[in-house]
Amino acid sequence: MSISRRALLATSATLAMPAIARADTTTVEFYFPVAVGGPVTKVIDGFAADFMKENPDVTLKPVYAGNYTDTLTKAVTATKAGQGPQLAVLLSTDAFSLIDDELIVPFDNTADDKAWLAGFYLAFMANGQINGRTWGVPFQRSTIVMYYNKDAFKEAGLDPERAPATWAEHADYASTLTKREGDRVTRWGVQIPATGFTYWLLQAMVSEAGGAMMTDNGTKVTFTDPAVVDALQYWVDLNKVHKAHAPGIVDWGVTPRDFLEGKAAMIWHTTGNLTNIRTNAKFPFGVGMLPAGKRRGSPTGGGNFYAFKGMTPAQQAASGRFLKWVTAPERAAAWGVATGYVATSPAAWQTQTMKDYVAGFPAAAVARDQLQYAVPEFSTHDNQRVVTLLDDELQAALLGTKTVKAALEDAQAGATRILRPFQKS
Amino acid sequence: MRRESLWAWALILPALVMLMAFTHWPAVATLWDSLYSTPRGSRPPVFVGGANFRDLLDDPVFLTVLINNAWYAAVTIPASVALSLLMALSVNTALPGRSLVRMAYFTPTILPMIAVANIWLFFFTPDYGLFDQILSVFGGGRHNWLGQMSTALPAMMAVAVWKEAGFFMIFYLAALQSMPPDLAEVGRLEGSSRWSFFWRVTWPLLMPTTLFVMVNAVINAFRLIDHVVVMTRGGPNNATNLLLYHIYETGFRFWDTAAAATMTVVLLVVLAVIAGLQFGLLGRRAHYR
Repeated sequence: MSISRRALLATSATLAMPAIARADTTTVEFYFPVAVGGPVTKVIDGFAADFMKENPDVTLKPVYAGNYTDTLTKAVTATKAGQGPQLAVLLSTDAFSLIDDELIVPFDNTADDKAWLAGFYLAFMANGQINGRTWGVPFQRSTIVMYYNKDAFKEAGLDPERAPATWAEHADYASTLTKREGDRVTRWGVQIPATGFTYWLLQAMVSEAGGAMMTDNGTKVTFTDPAVVDALQYWVDLNKVHKAHAPGIVDWGVTPRDFLEGKAAMIWHTTGNLTNIRTNAKFPFGVGMLPAGKRRGSPTGGGNFYAFKGMTPAQQAASGRFLKWVTAPERAAAWGVATGYVATSPAAWQTQTMKDYVAGFPAAAVARDQLQYAVPEFSTHDNQRVVTLLDDELQAALLGTKTVKAALEDAQAGATRILRPFQKS
Repeated sequence: MRRESLWAWALILPALVMLMAFTHWPAVATLWDSLYSTPRGSRPPVFVGGANFRDLLDDPVFLTVLINNAWYAAVTIPASVALSLLMALSVNTALPGRSLVRMAYFTPTILPMIAVANIWLFFFTPDYGLFDQILSVFGGGRHNWLGQMSTALPAMMAVAVWKEAGFFMIFYLAALQSMPPDLAEVGRLEGSSRWSFFWRVTWPLLMPTTLFVMVNAVINAFRLIDHVVVMTRGGPNNATNLLLYHIYETGFRFWDTAAAATMTVVLLVVLAVIAGLQFGLLGRRAHYR
């Protein structure tokens, strides 16, 4: 509390300072989104104030720009109009599109940079490494975990200290946990949201089935791969066969609420919701790794820092300094504790801040332990368009208007059409 | 004479400049952009003629949103106009607490669409949303209103009708209030029934208002998409995707500006044709005093 108050005071002091006092400084503007609950803006303003105190020659201007999509839209529009920010936090999966539009520059320019970038978890670096260069610096990163209601587990006669470990067990648990009153279901065994990030949840199951949905260079998709078919079939069957998942499409935002209201015993959701659920759950809850099919698996998610073209050398130097500062273990740990995002480097987990946090709240470490099984988030050229198309087809399959096979075949055909221009180069 | 016309031009110049800069020029520029390809990175746009329009026909989502929007317009326009007329007639009588009812009818109009959408988002929430809670009293189960293909678009229509009817009611109410009371007296003396009086006198006299309301309703059916953004983002599987939202997504999420411009041209043409029809058909039946 005292830290943030100090940060706030520092911010207001900076604002009160006459502009002339900072006339000889380098200005670095960065756009950031807020995608999870918690005092994100306050923490970032605090970081900026602290950084400027240590680096009086730099003026840092953090600009809150909405959700991820809004922030991308604003950053791209402003950059195309020649008034873009120097840095922006955008989805790690936007890298291909930003490179294709020639809007960003890579980070690994010197040996010093490369040493710094080697300090992050490899799973978080993968999405930003394209054509042999590094275009994204991990910042607010997440992954999918399972939250479960321990009271519901006890009531159903299951061990509340252990999450289901395999697909079969997971489906069994889900059936056991589903509670009915006559024809009405008062609690569903499991809920996997299918709006907003449908492809992301599917990708978790695809990696568990031992497959992949795209090639590393982002020019081809493999939606008709047997592992993808198995994954979607498993998801559909949770409702159709096991009767343990609500029919139709379950909303991304409603899912944590359903969990908190006791309407769903297990949910699959982002670690970004950890702090929210911890604050609002009126029952003991557990966090588990996602169940294994052929193997364990979960995609990474969340946002990276990107550097935009058109920086002066002074701005480039100042941006580099800021990024190294803000991703330093101590700051990465503080950021993770405040938001629920996964701290991005092994060193951050070795700090006292993080050790204390994990000691008091062991669930926080589940996401870290799951990282060894993590795969990079689905990302291709023209990513937003491919993802939208895939999401639509997945929803059709989940709604039962298309068979699993037909939906995936249509998605494959559509995505191939979108990606054709990128396969030549 | 010449001096006078110069003076007149000078007077309308400010309005003309604004209209040109913010309405006509963008429309022309859109038409121009629809004939070029999307610039990508350092590749500049090239002239492609009608290729963008041909591509639209191959886009299954575009056809879906056209059909969705046609249904959306076909239901929300008559429904909101009929409801607004009904509300206006009901509060035009000497009813106790009349101003309170009028205010209640008008409240949805004052609320911003974003707020309306969030309220309805709660109404539609499965299990503990308002509708499911009411239905559960009568033994109804869980309804995933926004997550089911069959109910998602009707749900969005309900929001639009709820939001718009109050606004249109104000125009009908104003028209009813300005209607001379001696007409009603004559009607009573002549012994005409309330229904035939409405049908033969009130309704024809309301024609100019109806025309105005209809034009607005049509524009809104294609223009108001805030609730789509907040509630469903066009899902599930494009069930609630409307033309303007698809244009926004194509332009500002996919950055396919040429396709977005092409669809905007289609939207402009659709609106122009409907407006032309309305003024042509309804306009002839509207009597202005």
